[in-house]
Amino acid sequence: MDKRVFFPSKTVPLLLLLPQLVITLVFFYWPAVQAVVMSFQMEDAFGTTSEFVGFENYTAVFTDPFYYRAMGVTAVFSTAVAFLSLSLSLLLAVMADRDIKGAGLYRTLLIWPYAVAPAIAGVLWYFMFQPSLGLFARMLRDWGIDWNPLLNGDHAMILVVMAATWKQISYNFLFFLAGLQAIPKSLIEAAAIDGARPFRRFWTIVFPLLSPTTFFLFVVNIVYVFFDTFGIIDAVTGGGPAKTTTTLVFKVYADGRLGGDLGGSAAQSVVLMVMVIALTAIQFRFIERKVSY
Amino acid sequence: MVEHRHWSMHVLPHLILGLGVLLVVFPVYLAFVGATLDPATIANGQMGVVPGNRFIENMSRVLLAGAGGSTREPVLHMLWNSFVMAMVIAIGKIVISILSAYAVVYFRFPLRKTAFWVIFMTLMLPVEVRIYPTYKIVADLGMLDTVAGLCIPLIASATGTLLFRQFFMTIPDELIEASQMDGAGPVRFFIDTVLPLSLTSIAALFVIQFIYGWNQYLWPLLITSKDSMQTIVIGIKKMIVTQDALTEWQLAMATAVLAMLPPVLVVVVMQKLFVRGLVETEK
Repeated sequence: MDKRVFFPSKTVPLLLLLPQLVITLVFFYWPAVQAVVMSFQMEDAFGTTSEFVGFENYTAVFTDPFYYRAMGVTAVFSTAVAFLSLSLSLLLAVMADRDIKGAGLYRTLLIWPYAVAPAIAGVLWYFMFQPSLGLFARMLRDWGIDWNPLLNGDHAMILVVMAATWKQISYNFLFFLAGLQAIPKSLIEAAAIDGARPFRRFWTIVFPLLSPTTFFLFVVNIVYVFFDTFGIIDAVTGGGPAKTTTTLVFKVYADGRLGGDLGGSAAQSVVLMVMVIALTAIQFRFIERKVSY
Repeated sequence: MVEHRHWSMHVLPHLILGLGVLLVVFPVYLAFVGATLDPATIANGQMGVVPGNRFIENMSRVLLAGAGGSTREPVLHMLWNSFVMAMVIAIGKIVISILSAYAVVYFRFPLRKTAFWVIFMTLMLPVEVRIYPTYKIVADLGMLDTVAGLCIPLIASATGTLLFRQFFMTIPDELIEASQMDGAGPVRFFIDTVLPLSLTSIAALFVIQFIYGWNQYLWPLLITSKDSMQTIVIGIKKMIVTQDALTEWQLAMATAVLAMLPPVLVVVVMQKLFVRGLVETEK
């Protein structure tokens, strides 16, 4: 993967690299190192001095029942969003992949929510389901359901899952559509000649051939739910009620900013970094496979 | 297709896609309806799906005067702040990543592989996981409440460098050979050959990064404390007050419509570039 021909200069490339390297070192590596250092320290009440406390912060994190709760919340949240948004967008992509009239228009109408900020997606859904004035909240009340995401943790979770799923459909739809269009039509026609019905053709031919895309999207969706949904949760529920929608990332923010526990927050950051690195590693194994595919 | 299809097979896709579009469009339509109503209709829970006649009034109120209550900043100013942030991030990212990719691909120098990996590893460190230490550094550098503090920490990332590196690898070696025969140095070759060839990649990356910058939430929430630095996404959140009685929903929804408009327009108008940018930055 190297060019055969290149320029001989040794100083020009360093100058070209300098801006990115400086920014990366100052705003990426230095904070990451700081997070690790802070995770082994505890600050006094005034934040003036800090002392080395070994693994105390980590012990505190892993004995905190709320941390396990946040893990559970994150697991439920990410599984629900990944499953819902992947299945909905796969269904839509399969329909849009057929040679039907207006396929281009459908595509345009389905992809633009990508551009909506997560926090705004959250606000839109909150507006529809706000317990006292939301259009759908009133409908639910009329049906006898005591809908209140401000007090009921399950309702709050349903609301953030809906908002996060809505926001993610467009992204998954685009990649599924691209994946479907890359499948040779001759394969499907051959199966049709053999008498396989559309439903069977999908499960025996299309779905297996699409599995690299599905797997890639699954990882991307999990990462999305981990990090990008912060805005949705902060705007809709603020992690509540009673921390029922506090995800791991939200807890890093809440403990550091509101709780003032920077050491504990840093320890959680470090744990999260390890998780992200693991997820990215999985993704790269997949990319290697895709290249040889 | 080779087989004869039942009539339902023609209707089904339209039915499902129609429902999908409805699902995607409806929340935004309802925000628009909210922006056209008077406060009492919404607060009393009488809102339906029919727009009212206060659209212009609500829009001009938020744009010029601000929502009042929790944030008095006119939304016009917030739009400007968001625009500046999105532009600085998009252009900054493109500039530093095209330069670094050029260095990595077209030169041989000590520690070249190391430099590439140093940049590459940042893929694994999203700002959310190192949020407080990064905040502290920005504070120590005196960059809180500045455009620089808001944008520069978000500028460095590996995606742009990877995209350009991948693209440069596809530029035929004959071009650099010809250029070197003409006696052109690295700067000439970059300006005359590489840059013009990269225009589509640049535009695609711009679309993605503009949206990325416009939609930032957690970082501006921490870095900006002054109302005058507020971006529109943060502004909306501040309009939704926890004691719901105080929320002026018609104004919040008018602001939400304004906040969605620029990035959505970018996606719809530059759809081809958007799709390309999305697919290429994820490779």
